[in-house]
Amino acid sequence: MRIHSTESFGTVDGPGIRFVVFAQGCPMRCKYCHNPDTWGIGGGKERSVQEIADEALRYKSYFGAKGGVTVSGGEPLLQLDELIKLFSLLKEKRIHTCLDTSGICFREEDKRYEDLLAVTDLVLLDIKHIDGAAHKSLTGHSNAAPLAFAEYLSKHKKPTWIRHVLVPGITDGEENLKKLRAFTDRLETVEKVEVLPYHTMGKVKYENLGMAYPLEGVEPPSKESVERAKKILSK
Amino acid sequence: MKEAWRGFEQGKWCEEIDVRDFIQRNYTPYEGDGAFLAPATKATEKLWQQVLELSKEERERGGVYDADTDTVSRVNSHKAGYFDKKLEKIVGLQTDEPFKRALMPFGGIRMAEESLNMYGYQVSPRVKDIFSHYRKTHNDGVYDAYTPEMRRARTAHILTGLPDTYGRGRIVGDYRRVALYGVDFLIAQKEKDKLLKDGDMSPDKIRDREELSEQVKALKALKEMAAEYGFDISKPATNAQEAIQWLYFGYLAAVKDQNGAAMSIGRNTTFLDIYIQRDLEEGTITESEAQEFIDHFVMKLRVVKFMRIREYNELFSGDPTWVTESIGGMGIDGRPLVTKTSFRILHTLVNLGPAPEPNLTVLWSKLLPENFKRFCAETSIKTSAIQYESDDLMRPEMGDDYCIACCVSSMRVGKDMQFFGARANLAKCLLYAINGGKDELVKDKKTGLPLQVSPEFAPVLGDGPLDFNEVLKKYDNMMTWLAGLYVNTLNVIHYMHDKYCYEALEMALHDTEVRRFFATGVAGLSCAADSLSAIKYAKVYPVRNEYGIVTDYRIEGDYPNYGNNDDRADELAVWLVKTFMDKIKSHTTYRESVPTMSILTITSNVVYGKNTGNTPDGRRAGEPLAPGANPMHGRDTHGALASLESVAKIPYEFARDGISNTFSITPQSLGKDD
Repeated sequence: MRIHSTESFGTVDGPGIRFVVFAQGCPMRCKYCHNPDTWGIGGGKERSVQEIADEALRYKSYFGAKGGVTVSGGEPLLQLDELIKLFSLLKEKRIHTCLDTSGICFREEDKRYEDLLAVTDLVLLDIKHIDGAAHKSLTGHSNAAPLAFAEYLSKHKKPTWIRHVLVPGITDGEENLKKLRAFTDRLETVEKVEVLPYHTMGKVKYENLGMAYPLEGVEPPSKESVERAKKILSK
Repeated sequence: MKEAWRGFEQGKWCEEIDVRDFIQRNYTPYEGDGAFLAPATKATEKLWQQVLELSKEERERGGVYDADTDTVSRVNSHKAGYFDKKLEKIVGLQTDEPFKRALMPFGGIRMAEESLNMYGYQVSPRVKDIFSHYRKTHNDGVYDAYTPEMRRARTAHILTGLPDTYGRGRIVGDYRRVALYGVDFLIAQKEKDKLLKDGDMSPDKIRDREELSEQVKALKALKEMAAEYGFDISKPATNAQEAIQWLYFGYLAAVKDQNGAAMSIGRNTTFLDIYIQRDLEEGTITESEAQEFIDHFVMKLRVVKFMRIREYNELFSGDPTWVTESIGGMGIDGRPLVTKTSFRILHTLVNLGPAPEPNLTVLWSKLLPENFKRFCAETSIKTSAIQYESDDLMRPEMGDDYCIACCVSSMRVGKDMQFFGARANLAKCLLYAINGGKDELVKDKKTGLPLQVSPEFAPVLGDGPLDFNEVLKKYDNMMTWLAGLYVNTLNVIHYMHDKYCYEALEMALHDTEVRRFFATGVAGLSCAADSLSAIKYAKVYPVRNEYGIVTDYRIEGDYPNYGNNDDRADELAVWLVKTFMDKIKSHTTYRESVPTMSILTITSNVVYGKNTGNTPDGRRAGEPLAPGANPMHGRDTHGALASLESVAKIPYEFARDGISNTFSITPQSLGKDD
């Protein structure tokens, strides 16, 4: 599996204390992405899933009742076979597994997704934008696959947290937030909708990579704006 | 005694000094929450306002409000001093006026003089004359006995922060004894002990007898000091206010007698709670008064001050006194040692606002009552002013009546003392191994060539890359040399400290047969470990200067760094600690003290770094070493747990004096909910 890095003390990507694996490579080019260094498919480091699982297991005593392992990225679904293997190894050791994804790679006809769900305890699904055109402009891709993945998770009764990054002027329109709420209301297994305020901490990475920062001049949302979005989206 | 001890369960403690026995038989564990706590009284607020104003004035005057230049500070040297006598429930100041710093020349007259000069004061000619011509100081004694090699090691800073010009501190009297027994009983016990020191008069026995006499004199002086404030402390305290007052007088006497680097106060809240609980049950005080006593006590501890040179403050990033008070912990019978007074003392952080002193230290155990844990966490969030240490780690070794001296040194109260030993710089020692003991920064004043600090060991020859096994062998040899020199230097220092700056009052509040620790320390652990890792796993080429000394390193390739839970690097750090401690242990230590080691530089790592040249891990000359057992800054790239796991591999049995890891985390990175 190609990975960018690991974090032994993840507390914001899923419940409890989590070992987080950042998969390398992502087809999306979200303007607000704070990890552009995880985009390139050939970057990062190749490591065996056994090695990654072993590293994660060293922190088992910190996981407690709620914590476990999260695979984030990059886009983990780009390496679906490896991901299934990793989660299978972890499930053998009764570790809670969590997938943090944009769902962009999802194809319902691909039967491997059933195998994936069998070893995944929780999915954090980022819905970047509920509006198709706006999604395309923000990420470079249509939102058909992410929304289909959401429906698929619901159909398969998989616990899901929906995440939505709040970017002023881009994803914080009231109309769209209400549409997103209407969409999540139709899903049956959504446990939580998280509003993630956009931040500028990724900016320095663009500079280091010699890339122009796409959201130059966009400030993080105000507290009030975050509260308002939470009110609309939270169940 | 009967009136003072009314209502207490009797036991062994009534016949002989045994404060722990008294506590175990009489304390009331508290498992409730902080709802009972009382706010600051009007008097507390008014007094604290006065302290704040004086502190402001002190800053405006450049850091010192006032300084005594003529009265040599002793237990009973000064008239009584007050903030506002009518309002103070607990009284006593180091001099006759608030914020006036005392003159303490027994450690060294030059240091005392220099510190006064820095703030625009002049020591009186009388005192200077006495301490230059008639009365020898600790500092004089040390320099009379130092060998040339010891002086070189000091000049080159491979040994740093040695207590040879200032008070060694780190000794914690059992101040509770003053309250529980009264001073007369303590004097009688010491006189009894002195009678036993009879028979053949060996030098040790003569010294013991002299020291016991000094202790008795100090206790008598303690009574006089209290009498100056209108209290007769020859008998035991009869209520809570007296117990706190008696105890504080004991501590006050210590800080009038000694300007120690760390003047910690012990483990007092569970003890004091017994008195407070009795008064509350007898209906003689209210909760508000109980809190007021504690608030006023803590206020006094906050204004403990010493006259020190500016460099000292730079070394420690502030003007610390390390008035550490240890709180909570578990008893060995399984009952928590948490009482309502554990809550009361933490509540001073709310009533008086947060402050770094006293250094309130919670002895943390998984088994502590849930309510207390929650209260500690809440108070920490509000004030960021609580230190936590693992009781579960220390209790098996130290029992349940130990306290913390300074920041991490654990000692059984009244039963253990320690000889503070500052640090040996292990990163610099590695450079010595490569250069055969020639310093990479310091030149010989006479020849202008690099200073040969150790005897001439064989240096690494050629242009590399450095061979790991060769460097390791040379490093091992150099550590053998350094450990020997270090122990012997400390032997000189502590011999002279005992002789010329003996802590008679503090030692009077210890058992006569005390266990002594020989507390060595190391700096630069992670830098040394990463350097070895670089040499082992990458290619490190030495770069030589015009004298042939290796002063820089060129690194090719990657290597694992300590701090990522990677055994390849971490085991090198473990090897260093074990190896150096084993070498320390092989030497004879002063007064049969038990050698221990600490890895705990908290701020002085910056200064140690200044005196260390380029290192093979790529660190540049002068850059800070990491504090304590921390990984080098920015090299722990696998998150907090990986970093902490690396530190946790350092074996505590080889570093019994404590291992510190400075760790900051933002609330956001601890998760999204409270």
